[in-house]
Amino acid sequence: MTDRAEIEAAVIEILARQLLLPPGEVAPEARVEDLGLDSLGKVEAIFALEERFDISVPFNANEPDQPDFDFSSVPSIVAGVERLIAAT
Amino acid sequence: MRRVVITGIGTVNALALDVPGTFAAFRDGRTAIGPLGFRDAERLTIRVGAEIRDWDEGRFTPSEQALYDRVTQYALVAGAEALAMAGLVGPLGPRAGVILGTAAGGIRTWEDSYRAVFAEGKNRVPPLVVPRLMHNAAASHLSIRHGAGGPVLSVSSACASANHALGLALQQIRAGAADVMLAGGSEAMLCFGGVKAWEGLRVLSPDMCRPFSLGRKGMVIGDGAGVLVLEAEDHARARGAPVLAELAGFGMTADAGDIVAPDPEGAARAMRAALADAGLGPQEVGYVNAHGTGTLLNDRSETRALRAVFGEAPPPVSSTKAMHGHAIGATGALEAIACVMALREGLLPPTVGFQAPDPDCALDVVANVARPARVEAALSNAFAFGGLNAVLALRRA
Repeated sequence: MTDRAEIEAAVIEILARQLLLPPGEVAPEARVEDLGLDSLGKVEAIFALEERFDISVPFNANEPDQPDFDFSSVPSIVAGVERLIAAT
Repeated sequence: MRRVVITGIGTVNALALDVPGTFAAFRDGRTAIGPLGFRDAERLTIRVGAEIRDWDEGRFTPSEQALYDRVTQYALVAGAEALAMAGLVGPLGPRAGVILGTAAGGIRTWEDSYRAVFAEGKNRVPPLVVPRLMHNAAASHLSIRHGAGGPVLSVSSACASANHALGLALQQIRAGAADVMLAGGSEAMLCFGGVKAWEGLRVLSPDMCRPFSLGRKGMVIGDGAGVLVLEAEDHARARGAPVLAELAGFGMTADAGDIVAPDPEGAARAMRAALADAGLGPQEVGYVNAHGTGTLLNDRSETRALRAVFGEAPPPVSSTKAMHGHAIGATGALEAIACVMALREGLLPPTVGFQAPDPDCALDVVANVARPARVEAALSNAFAFGGLNAVLALRRA
């Protein structure tokens, strides 16, 4: 079982790597839009999450409101990953 | 400067294996998008495409089958149709050439040989892997089969490959390097590895392709080939050839910006360059076959580019990709053929799957049903990953 703190640390680490920032500069409540992650960075981060947790994230870059996976903030990504892990 | 005309067209694509069948599908507004049927498709997240079904390799001899990847087979069948329509019989000689676009070349051959050595533990692959998979295979086999001994090469610029090929072929004839050029593109990327690669970018639609429509979910890949016979007008007239349309202009630009995100400014410059090259004013254009991939970003960006070039009321626009799929390096050739239909038959092929106008795509979209319209000139847009833009201008003959 993967706990919430571990998922949050992984999400922050993965986002930080894409943003070329130290993980300490990505706050646990940060919004992705404010971090300035571009579209390729986003799909690379999702790939990294899938590889890390062996999940499949239902994300399509053409759907602005992302009905299946809320990628808007660190907490929403953590919650989404938790849900996907629980479903496997 | 020599004018260049189109005297023959040929295609195989998911809608039909010839031009009459493809035109019928354009007139009826049919889509070829459906479930994928190739090996391991069940392991994909995205399981739809515009696949050529029931392809009969038996039209080629066993030794040809060993030598021709699908990308070559499609080009040869399309090329034969185009040459028959043009009334040309080989050997075409040193004043004839071939320029074909492809993005992935013989990707199925790569896949099969890698599967053999990596997945199946084999220690050898068939001896013809290299001549099957090379990007110039399709162009070379067209040259060999029809005895075209002039300028022959392949062009690879992702989704703009076929438009670049057609534009470069136009320039060969204008420059006096050839009298006849077979040009267009071929693509056979619908295989497990090909679609897996696209999945990673998260831009594929899980069901339909709905260009410029509210609720669009992305692109759908298609397979196919389109080959056009381009000919110096004096050469065509001298032999009494049928003239289908004039390939009047070509414009190419680079965004020199992002590797995937489109830039409306680069696209607009390419359209203006094609118009200037053709000696056309924007008001003379009666139809634009859009790049219109059905992704959120492309369609929004292309709308901005069209409005920059044509002002508040651009001419009617459609994306035929919703019917034949995005045939990547071949798509520009399929779409040039759609423009020939618009010019010759006075019927604009539709954008099928259109549900509702998107305020971000304020265009006169030919939605769902083909529209009668007398067209004097048409543009065909192609905007590739890599920021490469290639636009063709066609004029009614």
